[in-house]
Amino acid sequence: MPELTLREAIRRGLQEALDQDPTVFLMGEDVGAYGGAYAVTKGFLRQYGPERIRDTPISESAIVGAGIGSALGGMRPIVEIMTINFSLLAMDQIVNHAAKLRYMSGGQFAVPFLIRTVTGGGAGLAATHSQSLEGWYASVPGLKVVFPSTPYDALGLLRACLKDNNTIIYCEHALLYGVRGEVPDAYYEVPIGRAEVKRPGRDLTLISYGRGAHLCLQAAGELAKRGVEAEVIDLRTLRPLDLETPLASLRKTHRALIVEEAWPRAGIGPYLAMRLHQDAFDYLDAPIAHLAGADTPAPYARNLERLALPDVPAILRAVADNFGL
Amino acid sequence: MQLQERLSKTELVSFYRKMLLIRRFEERCAEMYMLGKIRGFLHLYIGEEAIAVGCMSVLRPEDYVVTHYRDHGHALARGMDPKVAMAELFGKATGCSRGKGGSMHLFDARLNFMGGYAIVGGQLPVAVGLALASQLQGQPRVTVCFFGDGALNQGEFHEALNLASLWKLPIVFFLENNLYGMGSHIDRTYAGGRDVFKAADHYRIPAYQTDGMDVLAVREATLRAVEHARQGKGPYFLEALTYRFRGHSMADPVEYRDKAEEEAWKARDPLPAFQRYLLENASATLEELSHIEQEVEEGVEEAIRFADASPEPPPQALYEDIYA
Repeated sequence: MPELTLREAIRRGLQEALDQDPTVFLMGEDVGAYGGAYAVTKGFLRQYGPERIRDTPISESAIVGAGIGSALGGMRPIVEIMTINFSLLAMDQIVNHAAKLRYMSGGQFAVPFLIRTVTGGGAGLAATHSQSLEGWYASVPGLKVVFPSTPYDALGLLRACLKDNNTIIYCEHALLYGVRGEVPDAYYEVPIGRAEVKRPGRDLTLISYGRGAHLCLQAAGELAKRGVEAEVIDLRTLRPLDLETPLASLRKTHRALIVEEAWPRAGIGPYLAMRLHQDAFDYLDAPIAHLAGADTPAPYARNLERLALPDVPAILRAVADNFGL
Repeated sequence: MQLQERLSKTELVSFYRKMLLIRRFEERCAEMYMLGKIRGFLHLYIGEEAIAVGCMSVLRPEDYVVTHYRDHGHALARGMDPKVAMAELFGKATGCSRGKGGSMHLFDARLNFMGGYAIVGGQLPVAVGLALASQLQGQPRVTVCFFGDGALNQGEFHEALNLASLWKLPIVFFLENNLYGMGSHIDRTYAGGRDVFKAADHYRIPAYQTDGMDVLAVREATLRAVEHARQGKGPYFLEALTYRFRGHSMADPVEYRDKAEEEAWKARDPLPAFQRYLLENASATLEELSHIEQEVEEGVEEAIRFADASPEPPPQALYEDIYA
């Protein structure tokens, strides 16, 4: 099977959509002539022209609002918000309008609108450029939030998103663009709202998404060297949240650690842990554990940033501290 | 009132009927609010009716209308059934938004009435997007976006004007300048002076200021603006000078306004003014106009009866319409 990087997988999905659906167009800061801050749309302007690959001013609110409006008007816009940190400037449009128009109008309208955005820390970009705010958006009824960790999932989810008639936040971790993986030539989709067991195991469950899923797989490899078999679940979608996959795993392993970069109170972990406690209490040998980013603004200095984000040693420590494994 | 175009008596009288409908509808809304039939916020448009009616009278069915939370007048002027509008205010299942939007969120997809938005300025970028869709689809469709003077100081106002002008979008930005953002006079909140329409110069958008108390003046100004946008020449900015005769919402005792100012504006009430015009220039008779008044009042009563008799949304509606 051919290998692609995660960046190439997203490019392929966007190109497919542009080729097949005349209502699709791209819009965002520097998506055209510059080629995208993370080079995802490099060359698109030449290929598809300025009507469909639209460079915008630095006006996040207007960009997202224009996405909402054009979706209401029958288009299928794909907007790039350069990083999720900048989405705070468009919070009114995303949370007050995109997420609520269908409800407030009694179902008269749909907003088939995809917002691609870059999230996560670890690149030394300091406090305002390193946040993981996807959990905030996942708390809003009316939005969907997906977060692929592999090229396969990135393409499959993108295809599913572009058939879905809701506003979806499609998160791309800044440090995962170069991740390689197999992507079949034959058409497939990854359904929204379905987690996946990335590695089966029997002794404990590691639950994460995005970059955290990779860290958990590495940690599981380390644990296996000592005979501990960790099951690794990649949530892939934060809203709607697949509870069945983690619950099924817990019934088998009886222990779970949730790993995410977000602040301890900002991510999917607190809600997920509550639901798992509630729905699988009788199966648990230990409380659900949560390893989140540090409860601080993101620091700049390399050593401090390393302390602030979950990594493999931190996961192994959390497994030892919470489960004695 | 100087009129360039020739309008039939039927057309002129229909403007009167629409303005009167909005006036009587909202007067009864205020009463229904006091009776507890309408809850939450209720923002009345009384005094500003000439703007909605004058503007809508030139729009085509395919044009989009986007507005703010003081939206009853726009909805009725666009053609929303008063029964459906009143039922929405009563929170009933027969309301335009199935009782889930309320006064600030009237929507009617069949009329391309794209809704009332209740975050000041938030509708401007959405309207820009609607105009973008029309441009990309090559449709000669215009979006009219209403907003108040309170929105001038939001970043979204500037972002929206800039983007619309850059991309030459078919949109009319329609400022209803009633001098007050809630309780704050424009002189205390806007540094650009009273001729707000000149703000559009900065974005190279042609702009015009009109008398918002004169339905025919508004109609004429809108004709020019909409024609400009429909011909693909880009956005147009209209400012209508007006005044809301009531408070910001039903909760507002209006203690911040000067009584003499209020009286001066009320002396320019668009309804009696247009009534005089019809009698003097369109050979309307008092009998005809009082007959219209009676019909309008009956229509509003019927809307109230309909809203009252309608069922509440069923409990399962709580979880419906969240996702498509």
